[in-house]
Amino acid sequence: MTEISTAENTQPEARQLGGVLLKVDDISVSFGEVRALIGVSFDIREREILSIIGPNGAGKTTMLNLLNGVYSPDSGTIVFKGETRQRMRPHESASLGIARTFQNVALFRGMSTLDNIMTGRNLKMSHNIFTQGLYWGPARRQEIEQRAFVEQIIDFLEIEAIRRVPVGRLPYGLQKRVELGRALAAEPTLLLLDEPMAGMNTEEKEDMCRFIFDLNEEFGTTVALIEHDMGVVMDISDRVVVLDYGRKIADGSPDEVRASQAVIDAYLGVSHDET
Amino acid sequence: MFYREAGQFKTSYIQDQRLFSIVQDRWFIAAFTLFAFVVVPIFASDYWLQAILIPFLVYAVAAIGLNLLTGYCGQLSLGTGGFMAVGAYSSYKMTTAFPDLNIILIFLISGLFAAAVGIVFGLPSLRIKGFYLAVATLASQFFLIWLFNRVEWFYNYSPSGTIFAPPRTVFGVMVTGPASTPEVRYLVSLTFVAVLAVVAKNLVRGNLGRTWMAIRDMDVAAEVIGIRPLRTKLSAFAISSYFCGVSGSMLLFLWLGSVETIVFDINVSFLVLFMIIVGGLGSILGSLIGAAFITMLPIILTNIPGLLNIPLNVELAKHIELMIFGGIIILFLIVEPLGLARLWQIGKEKLRIWPFPH
Amino acid sequence: MKVLAAIFIDPFVEMVQFPVFFAEVITGGIIVGLMYALVALGFVLIFKASGVFNFAQGVMVLFAALTLAGLMDNGVPIWLAFILTIGAMILLAFAIERMVLRPLINQPEIILFMATIGLTFFLQGFGEMIWGGNIRKLDIGIPQRPFEVGGMLLNQFDLVAASTAAILVLVLALLFTKTPIGRALRAVADDHQAALSVGISLKYIWVIVWSVAGIVALIAGIMWGSRSGVQFSLSLVALKALPVLILGGLTSMPGAIVGGLIIGVGEKLAEVYWGPLLGGGIEAWFAYVVAVIFLLFRPQGLFGERIIERV
Repeated sequence: MTEISTAENTQPEARQLGGVLLKVDDISVSFGEVRALIGVSFDIREREILSIIGPNGAGKTTMLNLLNGVYSPDSGTIVFKGETRQRMRPHESASLGIARTFQNVALFRGMSTLDNIMTGRNLKMSHNIFTQGLYWGPARRQEIEQRAFVEQIIDFLEIEAIRRVPVGRLPYGLQKRVELGRALAAEPTLLLLDEPMAGMNTEEKEDMCRFIFDLNEEFGTTVALIEHDMGVVMDISDRVVVLDYGRKIADGSPDEVRASQAVIDAYLGVSHDET
Repeated sequence: MFYREAGQFKTSYIQDQRLFSIVQDRWFIAAFTLFAFVVVPIFASDYWLQAILIPFLVYAVAAIGLNLLTGYCGQLSLGTGGFMAVGAYSSYKMTTAFPDLNIILIFLISGLFAAAVGIVFGLPSLRIKGFYLAVATLASQFFLIWLFNRVEWFYNYSPSGTIFAPPRTVFGVMVTGPASTPEVRYLVSLTFVAVLAVVAKNLVRGNLGRTWMAIRDMDVAAEVIGIRPLRTKLSAFAISSYFCGVSGSMLLFLWLGSVETIVFDINVSFLVLFMIIVGGLGSILGSLIGAAFITMLPIILTNIPGLLNIPLNVELAKHIELMIFGGIIILFLIVEPLGLARLWQIGKEKLRIWPFPH
Repeated sequence: MKVLAAIFIDPFVEMVQFPVFFAEVITGGIIVGLMYALVALGFVLIFKASGVFNFAQGVMVLFAALTLAGLMDNGVPIWLAFILTIGAMILLAFAIERMVLRPLINQPEIILFMATIGLTFFLQGFGEMIWGGNIRKLDIGIPQRPFEVGGMLLNQFDLVAASTAAILVLVLALLFTKTPIGRALRAVADDHQAALSVGISLKYIWVIVWSVAGIVALIAGIMWGSRSGVQFSLSLVALKALPVLILGGLTSMPGAIVGGLIIGVGEKLAEVYWGPLLGGGIEAWFAYVVAVIFLLFRPQGLFGERIIERV
């Protein structure tokens, strides 16, 4: 693995961002009476780090779930890598190169760290049950190849010591790291992170930030993350999208968003008109 | 002191992935295999072979099958008996229609029939989970038994409805039928168990096993990674039913010699489920241990009163047996839900540091 | 052609041509369905209030009926036997709470389900050990005289069964919605931790629930036992309550009744009018297949609650 170099400046102008990778256009979704998202549009450029912020219940996780195909929008379209879709399907999002972590750490508790990350390689492995039943030969070769790749991720995330530990036994912070590892194993083009720093102490947050930076720099992975820690958001994001009660109320650089009156109102709880 | 890993470094992933990565384990397995294949047939009595070992081997295959579906893939199934019946009746029909076809081959093909049936009855699993799925598998259980009772073609129109395993030879040795010896049937069963257990172990430690466990643990997250739930569940149903089908064929040809549908009724489904609960869900070794335990239990229970000189009539013994079965299941679920396999693992870990306590 | 006609036309023709017989088949189905529903009610109670799918409900029916019949056979007068049996079911509830539920308090549902399967075997052996495995007659004086209505042959027993089921559902519904205990039961069903945190004693609630379920099982046992005697096969019949639960929804008491009716009538109709085509004995699997097909389109049953998984 090549030497990891930490990013030297994070000025948006100095970073090499690409064209539009993902665009959501006028997305709305309701669950019964609850309107979770109302006419939200934004885009993400290649190699960008985009933060999605907003008070609780604003619809942030719902948006990620839409991008993964867990939910489908009532209206609006999703454009990914130039292709327009009415909805995404879970396995489709995976094969298109979208990976994610979940708010509540959706790891497979019956398996070890290594196995969990190996599941992330699922789409790169063949599914021939005959060779697998035999193991010797093609299946073993494949298993070793994938193991080697996964070990790189384990090295990158510094979790060698807990390879064989069943993830249910790991402390929360490490679980989140393993989940990141599983997402990375799929070599995603777009990485969706749902509150990756939640429940972590300062050191763990620094580590996580470092990992996110590094994978963005090293692998060119585009990152969209939901986060509540404003310090983190301001430090690492290229751009910030702010949601409130299902609508987008701001979209711009961290500084622009920080100064926006609408955002300040949302967080301080000034009452809105229901438009 | 004896069971030490010190000095055994694994310098490649191949070494790390071995089934038995500790040298002492490999010696143990080699010795055990020798014992099972050579010593046992020579010294074991006919009673031991016929009443204990062969039934254990037959159920071991079914237990592995059910464990793949329920323990690894998390799909609770109460239809084991039905799938075993498919295996038995299909091999019966095949061998009576093609008497010259090698019986071992027929066993292997009968598994395919069971697998096909398993896929059909596994289709509901896309929409149905948990207890609901268990009830759905009851549909397969009751339907299949009804089918084999009703459709006379399956038992070649015999008036009693019983099917008999015709005598068949393999390489000149009589393997089934009244003329076959328990030793031969034991060895054939043992070979099946050995091969099928290794195949099962290979499947579960590879990609397929991981996808099964992913579906079991959190199917929404699995889908988002790109695992296809329906395909994965159906593969579990298919392979599990394959094992159960082969077990059913073994039951007919290598153990009982004759069956009626009642042999495959819902009690068998429960019995095999108990085996994997006691032995350990999600463990191949556990399936074997559980099968051994549950097979031995009635024998121990019927013999204890004799040993202790307590007279116990047959009826009462049966009732106590039921109570003990039920009680043991509850006990295991409370004390060690991961079953005897977990206890075995804990034992090994303790052995590694013996004679030190930590 | 003939086969198609036999499946799609002839049975309906027969129904219309012999309307009285058709009505009798339907009523027969309704009665059987109500009896299934009585068993299913016990399931729903326990599931609603403790989230446990009690596979042993059928065996509890058997056990209750056995105890009652056994006591009566030994000369105990009906009213005393009744009280003693209720007492026995309450004791059973205590024992189950202490030895099965409490140790498994935080385990996943599937573990509890398997524990109830173990409980099934245990109770079966236990009941037979005490009372023996022979069939017993259970006669508590339910009128069983046949009578005629509009050319149909009915039985007084049927009326008693129907009214019992109706009253039971009413009483249980009132219990759940109008009483403080009912509220506590619903709280426990929703969230154990939360219920504990407002001071509801889980142990106490569970004993109550399983006792009530035991009494419901007794009533179901009396109905079944009076009709066809008390024996081991009763617990197999109770397995039929499972498709009933699926149709009705695991959390709905009216659903249990409706599900029971649908299964009971459906089974009887299938057996009488289509059974001969397939050689008979369809009743063994018909209910289950219907349940499976239903599950494919409506996994939560007719009246059950939709399970939404949050990610």
